[in-house]
Amino acid sequence: MTVASDPPAHKNKRPRKLLKNWMAKLASLPMILTALVVFVGGTAWTVTYSFTGSRMLPKTNWVGFDQYERLWSSDRWMISIKNLGIYGICSLILTLVIGFTLAACLDRKIRFEGVFRSIFLYPFALSFVVTGLAWQWILNPDFGMQSVVRDWGWTTFNFDPLNNPDIVMFGLLIAGIWQGSGLIMCIMLAGLRGIDEDIWKATRVDGIGTVKTYVMVIIPMMRPVFVTALVLIAAGIIKLYDLVVAQTGGGPGLSSEVPAKYVIELMFRAQNLGQGFAASTMMLCSVVIILIPWAYLEFGGRKRG
Amino acid sequence: MSNILKSLLVGTALTAASATVATAQGVELEVTHWWTSGGEAAAVGKFADAWNATGNTWVDGAIAGSGGTARPIIISRIIGGDPMAATQLNHGRQAEELIEAGLLLDLTEVAEAGGWADIVNPSSLLEACTLDGKIYCVPVNIHSAQWIWLSHAAYENAGLEVPTDWNEFVASAADLQTAGTLPLAMGQQGWQQNIAFGAITLAVAGQDAWDAVNIDKNADAARGPEYTAAFEAVVAARELARGSNVQDWNMATNMVITGEAGAQIMGDWAQGEFSVAEQVEGTDYSCLPGLGLNPVIDTGGDAFYFPVNDDPEITAAQLELAALLISPEVQVSFNLAKGSLPVRGDIDMSTANGCMQKGLEILANGGVLPSGDISFSQDTTLQIEDLQAQFWSGDMSAADAQATYADIIENAD
Repeated sequence: MTVASDPPAHKNKRPRKLLKNWMAKLASLPMILTALVVFVGGTAWTVTYSFTGSRMLPKTNWVGFDQYERLWSSDRWMISIKNLGIYGICSLILTLVIGFTLAACLDRKIRFEGVFRSIFLYPFALSFVVTGLAWQWILNPDFGMQSVVRDWGWTTFNFDPLNNPDIVMFGLLIAGIWQGSGLIMCIMLAGLRGIDEDIWKATRVDGIGTVKTYVMVIIPMMRPVFVTALVLIAAGIIKLYDLVVAQTGGGPGLSSEVPAKYVIELMFRAQNLGQGFAASTMMLCSVVIILIPWAYLEFGGRKRG
Repeated sequence: MSNILKSLLVGTALTAASATVATAQGVELEVTHWWTSGGEAAAVGKFADAWNATGNTWVDGAIAGSGGTARPIIISRIIGGDPMAATQLNHGRQAEELIEAGLLLDLTEVAEAGGWADIVNPSSLLEACTLDGKIYCVPVNIHSAQWIWLSHAAYENAGLEVPTDWNEFVASAADLQTAGTLPLAMGQQGWQQNIAFGAITLAVAGQDAWDAVNIDKNADAARGPEYTAAFEAVVAARELARGSNVQDWNMATNMVITGEAGAQIMGDWAQGEFSVAEQVEGTDYSCLPGLGLNPVIDTGGDAFYFPVNDDPEITAAQLELAALLISPEVQVSFNLAKGSLPVRGDIDMSTANGCMQKGLEILANGGVLPSGDISFSQDTTLQIEDLQAQFWSGDMSAADAQATYADIIENAD
């Protein structure tokens, strides 16, 4: 530091800066190497081999865009994309709405808040596999929800989403939201607690209603919290796999297939690495397309402001 | 200090002792497989007993889950440089690339010494193990998929005669439905629907058309009138299976056992479920190979492969095990326990039950087909299974399904 403030040493400033905090840099070297070799290297390798006709073992017999042509002409892939779209949009909106509503209710200084908070967060402690199996049983028409309601006397009640190709994604959605909204609620609640009490007092003085205060004042103030919640939900959507495997196995037929399942099945069950790599490259592309504009707005904007 | 020293010494002595015991017992071979259900585990125990009786040790590496789960684990262990001494796979093309990469042991020497070419029946099994004139696996059993299992209870309940072929079954289906019985039980998974599809096409389209599509991969035959008729028959069968909401094959078999459903099209391994439920062939259930129309069965099944090993001692033991698995006594005890057909025709299987006898008779008459594992790569198989899953669960028309199927056959490898 003393050297840096010394004017004659100005020429040597750059290399010294590299050595600045060299202990910290040395300590983070393994992590940097892991990130470069495992994440970046692995990604580059996968993208490269998606242009080959690799089957069980990776080979370098280049086939150009053949794997991508087959991918986009495959019924199963198109169904997977459509399903992920339905699940993604519904899950994003519903989780945010339900999470925020629950948090706002808990924030109204109700009794037994701690108990409710634990109950709502509890599903998050379960893995997707357990959630999927539990909801598979709950939604089973012969001994789940449908049969219980029928036993109560409503004998024509019909609710069997897991065996109906048209609505099976909503069966998955129920389980996904049940599991995920508790965490979002906690994040939102933390955000609400961070709002200064004086804001509430000020709106009360101005005579603004509670709901209007939430929508017009509180939510805009909670922007960073919403961004965090959004990233968590989006990551959960794109990696949707274990819930599907546990709850429906992709069925009935192909009606609840998702992209991540396509990748795994093509790579290991069909022993067609090239096709699996092409599918995972497309998944990466979709993440990048969403992420880059967002990162640009988020970080690029901050520098200017 | 002296205590630590003492325990160290004892430890060393024990290790040394166990090491000597190991050499006295011969070679330890780790064998991986996915035979984990009751009957299967009993069957693999016969192999283990026979191998242990030679003074060597069988280290059992059972992997739970079906072949679809176990195969990737097995293959990644071989590719990853941690090979087991021997492993189960389905004979056919699953190991093709491993052989090309030189990762599997050449068994030609043992095969020639044992005269496998003369004893293995049908000879297509050995051909499935052969690449460039060298033999790389030992076939151990035959499983076939073209069977229909009929519940006598369901038919008695409806006051009907138990059908003796597919056409009678279709004719009786309406009466079964009137009696409140589901005619055809079907697990909602692509591979099961593909089995039903294969069995129905073989029965309806006939063997010539089936051969042209499945062996010669002739897409024109798949577009031909025989296959149009077959796809229409499958559409009819799909309507008979409407309302069958079970997933796993054994759940569907259970519907036949309890009389909830009239029939199920499933491979001969379904027999194990009937015997576990203590049902008797001929009085509680019937089995019709080739759906009772066409007495031919395919010859899929299991085989053992031996990954290449650096240790010459283990390599010698691997060759010894290969010869043992196909020896007459082991073949009899294993296949009786497993409920599968033996790979050699020269042994006495008279204690086998009625369904197995039917299968043995077909084998003796030469009514055999290569299985899907032998004709198609895993990639093609998955594409066909996906099509079947889509076809059976929705309301895709026969013409659309046939066109897609023909495209898959055209690009099949």
